[in-house]
Amino acid sequence: MELVYAMAIGVVTGSGVWLLLRPRTFQVIMGLALLSYAVNLFIFAMGRLNMNQAPVLDPTRAVDVAQYADPVPQALVLTAIVIGFATTALFLVVLLASRGFAGTDHVDGSEGEHR
Amino acid sequence: MSGWTAHLPVLPVVLPLIAGAAIVLIDDGKRPLRALLAVLATLTQLGVALWLAGIAGGLLHSPWGGEIAVYAAGNWAAPFGIVLVVDRLSALLLVLTAALGLMTLLYSLARWDRAGVNFLPLFQFLLMGLNGAFLTGDLFNLFVFFEVLLAASYGLLLHGSGAARVRAGLHYIAVNLVASLLFLLGAALIYGVAGTLNLADIARKLPALTGADRSLFDIGAVLLGIVFLVKAAAWPLNFWLTPAYSSAAAPVAGVFALMTKVGVYALLRLGTLFEPGGRPPLFGGDWLFYSGLATIATGAAGMLAAQQLGRLAGHAVIVSSGTLLAAIGLLGNQYTPSLLLYLCSSVLATGAFFMLIEMVERNRSYGADLLAVSFEAFGLADPDDPTGPDDVVGIAIPAAMAFLGLSFVMCALLITGLPPLSGFVAKFGLIAAALEGAAGLTPVGSWALIAALLLSGLAGLIALTRNGIRVFWSNARSTPRLQVAEAGPVAALLLLCVALAALAGPAMDYLQGTAATLHAPERYIDAVLQAEGAGQ
Repeated sequence: MELVYAMAIGVVTGSGVWLLLRPRTFQVIMGLALLSYAVNLFIFAMGRLNMNQAPVLDPTRAVDVAQYADPVPQALVLTAIVIGFATTALFLVVLLASRGFAGTDHVDGSEGEHR
Repeated sequence: MSGWTAHLPVLPVVLPLIAGAAIVLIDDGKRPLRALLAVLATLTQLGVALWLAGIAGGLLHSPWGGEIAVYAAGNWAAPFGIVLVVDRLSALLLVLTAALGLMTLLYSLARWDRAGVNFLPLFQFLLMGLNGAFLTGDLFNLFVFFEVLLAASYGLLLHGSGAARVRAGLHYIAVNLVASLLFLLGAALIYGVAGTLNLADIARKLPALTGADRSLFDIGAVLLGIVFLVKAAAWPLNFWLTPAYSSAAAPVAGVFALMTKVGVYALLRLGTLFEPGGRPPLFGGDWLFYSGLATIATGAAGMLAAQQLGRLAGHAVIVSSGTLLAAIGLLGNQYTPSLLLYLCSSVLATGAFFMLIEMVERNRSYGADLLAVSFEAFGLADPDDPTGPDDVVGIAIPAAMAFLGLSFVMCALLITGLPPLSGFVAKFGLIAAALEGAAGLTPVGSWALIAALLLSGLAGLIALTRNGIRVFWSNARSTPRLQVAEAGPVAALLLLCVALAALAGPAMDYLQGTAATLHAPERYIDAVLQAEGAGQ
């Protein structure tokens, strides 16, 4: 499971970085979105990967931390998702404003001399 | 511990939050009420910050029985709950934030807050993010407060709109979003190996990390270091700064002068906390030193090349960041008091400078800041822009030109570090410490730092003098018009710098104490981990 998980993060991050370096604002925002997915998965993995374990105390189980998933990374991911959502939405607005002012979707606001 | 004074440390975060939210709810038409609320909230923050600094400095009675205040949010004790920590360094930066915030706010009330919607709430949220970042004792909350201040800064940067601001804003937001993602990666890695996000707890567990765990920790710390260097505008991570700062509205750029110092603060705080457990790479040492020197060099070159006053000021911010980074990197402990004085002085000076040049440019003749050569080479003609300098309404105060010129000279003295103002005292302290270093452990590095400090000062002086001559001694000048509401805050910031120079003795005493607490991290760690919840 670790290998598949790590590869998934790697592929998403790689795609995200490639898109981020593209000259079109829409590609940049897609790259940022992909990167933030990869980062969220990564944070989640830092609580160690395990199956069928509850993050919240369960009276029917023994009181033993090995029986539970780490709740902290889950809380962190939640926070990171919310913040990422908000900033991406803001970026989308700026992107549209930039398109409106410059009349092009190039990140520099004008087409370069060579493309 | 009882009474409301126990809750003082949380006020710098809560006050702007409430004030900002309240201002959003007030109708746009009731402008005086909104402005009054914003000014009152910022004034109260200044009061609270001064009070906290007094307690941290041992001048006032401490409600928590010690210099370091630990506020457990929700009353959960340290490694599990979220803590806010006030020590001398945090308190100092709170005061700086509130003072600069108040002056830029007053300046903005003269006309800038009407250039777009919701300037005042965003401004309060920016202050909240700054205060929170200085107060938090928890890595993840550092991230959250960074995001709060960045989100507010995105809005403020775009305040007033216009193609230049949107283009600079697009780059600024993209760079900072990537930096935030790196921050998350670093924080998650550190949590993965240390099992905690509390800074004091990480510092305590650090010596026990060995082998692969320590390598992973170092990688996480390097990611964090990159983030802080992006914020601190270290070369080569600083290309976003000049376009963003020079296109921002004047009061926004003024308060942004402090934002690069958040990165410097984070480097100082984490670097000193991790010191006994082995400082991770990028939090001090050679890399930081070379990066700082390169930052000074690019900033100085940029100042010489700048053809607009706004870009000149942006490069001045870069030079000041570079000076701080190089000094931290070379021999952190020795430099710290002068370093902090330089930080305060340069923040106040660049903040005032951003606002001053806006007033100057409003009254300036076309092309006054271009080099004469390039002016002729490009065959530029004065378009006699009718919407240019004459759109300003206001009472002309007597001797406005004298005020502008005098302020410009003072800013130049402060930024380049010439006597008799506080910039000189700080730079002199840095050079004196470097001379001691030159005789001791690090001769080459110390001489390099001294050379960089002096040469960057010279470059700044040439650039500022050239611009000053062009702006103030040109033939074609209109009678400048100023509003007291705008001139006052700039004068107040510059007077603060004068006070910092006149009272350099007491200021240095406080800063020596700050350096002492900073370099005795066990006091911070003990205070945080032994603290019971507040309000009991």
